Amino acid sequence: MDNELAIVARGLRKAYGKNVAVAGVDLEVRRGEVFALLGPNGAGKTTTVEILEGYRRRDAGEVSVLGSDPATPAADWRNRIGIVLQGVGEFDELSVSELVHHFAGFYADADDPEKVIARVGLAGKARARTHTLSGGQKRRLDVALGIIGRPELLFLDEPTTGFDPEARREFWQLIRDLAAVGTTIVLTTHYLDEAEALADRVGVIAGGRLIEVAAPEHLGNRQQAHATVSWRTPEGRTESTESATPTELVTELAARFDGEVPGLTVTRPTLEDIYLQMIGHR
Amino acid sequence: MTTTLKPATAARAAGHQPGPLALALRQGRLELTQFLRSRESVVFTMGFPVVMILIFAAVFDGEIAPGVSYPQYFITGMIATGLMTVSFQNLGIWIPIERDRGVLKRYRGTPMPKWVYFAGKVIMVVVVGVIETALLLAVSVAVFDLQLPGAATKWLTFGWVSVLGITACTLCGIAVSSLARTSRSGSAVVTPIALVLQFISGVFFVFTELPSWMQQTAALFPLKWMCQGLRSVFLPETFAGQEPGGSYELGRVALVLAAWCVIGLLLCLGTFRWTTRRDG
Repeated sequence: MDNELAIVARGLRKAYGKNVAVAGVDLEVRRGEVFALLGPNGAGKTTTVEILEGYRRRDAGEVSVLGSDPATPAADWRNRIGIVLQGVGEFDELSVSELVHHFAGFYADADDPEKVIARVGLAGKARARTHTLSGGQKRRLDVALGIIGRPELLFLDEPTTGFDPEARREFWQLIRDLAAVGTTIVLTTHYLDEAEALADRVGVIAGGRLIEVAAPEHLGNRQQAHATVSWRTPEGRTESTESATPTELVTELAARFDGEVPGLTVTRPTLEDIYLQMIGHR
Repeated sequence: MTTTLKPATAARAAGHQPGPLALALRQGRLELTQFLRSRESVVFTMGFPVVMILIFAAVFDGEIAPGVSYPQYFITGMIATGLMTVSFQNLGIWIPIERDRGVLKRYRGTPMPKWVYFAGKVIMVVVVGVIETALLLAVSVAVFDLQLPGAATKWLTFGWVSVLGITACTLCGIAVSSLARTSRSGSAVVTPIALVLQFISGVFFVFTELPSWMQQTAALFPLKWMCQGLRSVFLPETFAGQEPGGSYELGRVALVLAAWCVIGLLLCLGTFRWTTRRDG
């Protein structure tokens, strides 16, 4: 087992009856990196992640997560892993504080529950029963329960669904803090900006296969994609040109207009554009 | 692994997980807290046998046999029913709800050993069972002069019949929880089973007045034997002659209840599901 790799999967397959959910995924996640899995609903994202988390059995392939096969994990394996599932596990009659303290007791080396509650932004709600929390607050509680064991490897399944923009930014900071102390993070998300903001590398799953793995800025040869330069002509029309050398074009335009170019924009395809193109081409 | 720079990893060696006993007690306390805070379950689970015995005592006045009043007879069935309600019905209804909500899935994602979840349920069931039985006895003594057993051996029998009975019902409740596909179907599965057993096991009727095929059917299940064992505690020795076997058959009571503990345990181990079917 390579010590530099937190996760290695080769030829991962899983079918439900005739429906093949995962059709041969090869995946490597390095220790300490933030890895985002993107893909449309039903692409095999959740199945892949749940096999890695030890929730589901695979039909074929080899998997190693922190040196253990998740289907037959070593004794302390779960101590080293944190899981934030999608909207799961409501304990209505308990308070935030009671629940986080209780879960802390499951781990060999748990973090301080009060600190974790403060860290996810629930300090003001520590005494509140969990059923009184809003959707976003419940999600924060999910995150608190996922990180209370100070995991080496943290799985996050669509962690910011239901967050307002400010809460998302705060959450991103939390992920960056965890990554900064060396936590390996695997997250699935629908938000492309989230993947771009957080991930060192992005994997795109479609049709049960990993179709590309790259740094967000390199995905789909994005860095080589032509820029689009637009400006307004003196007649008031908007003109656009794709260009491999936008600087040259802008310089030329500046000379033509003798200074300021009206309505000038220079854009490159966003991660979302690239992503939609990738999954649309299948 | 030693190459990681994580502070958490370095500190891990110094960490300590609570021992098995501490884990079980913590889980039991959590389960009990959840139960007691859910007002409906407290009122209905604890109150049901008390209300039933009050109704029975009001409806059936008089004596079944010389020196044996109706309430003295029916208290045995109500204690047994109460124990079955807190264990079999309670778990058969609640576990599917917890499974559906993903509570079980969440536990599975932690280092908590699986058995701790069941230990927590057992502790909750036993504590609630003891409180509920004590309440039932207190009300019965106060309202219609229930005669409590005097001899220590009777209390001992009371103890082991209750422990074996509640264990069997707990295990069967956990086993039956896997039959429910959704959170709502738990009570649909469990309630008819419980009701039918109560009717054929001598909870609502004098057992020997039931048709013999019904008696024989009831003899396959634990509730009949719990009632019979408890009758040996609350009814005089002279009444033993009226039992179907001509005695209280305590040896057979122990045997059948122990067998149901084993059957229940095997069913639990073989069928328990931590996730819903659609969850895979």
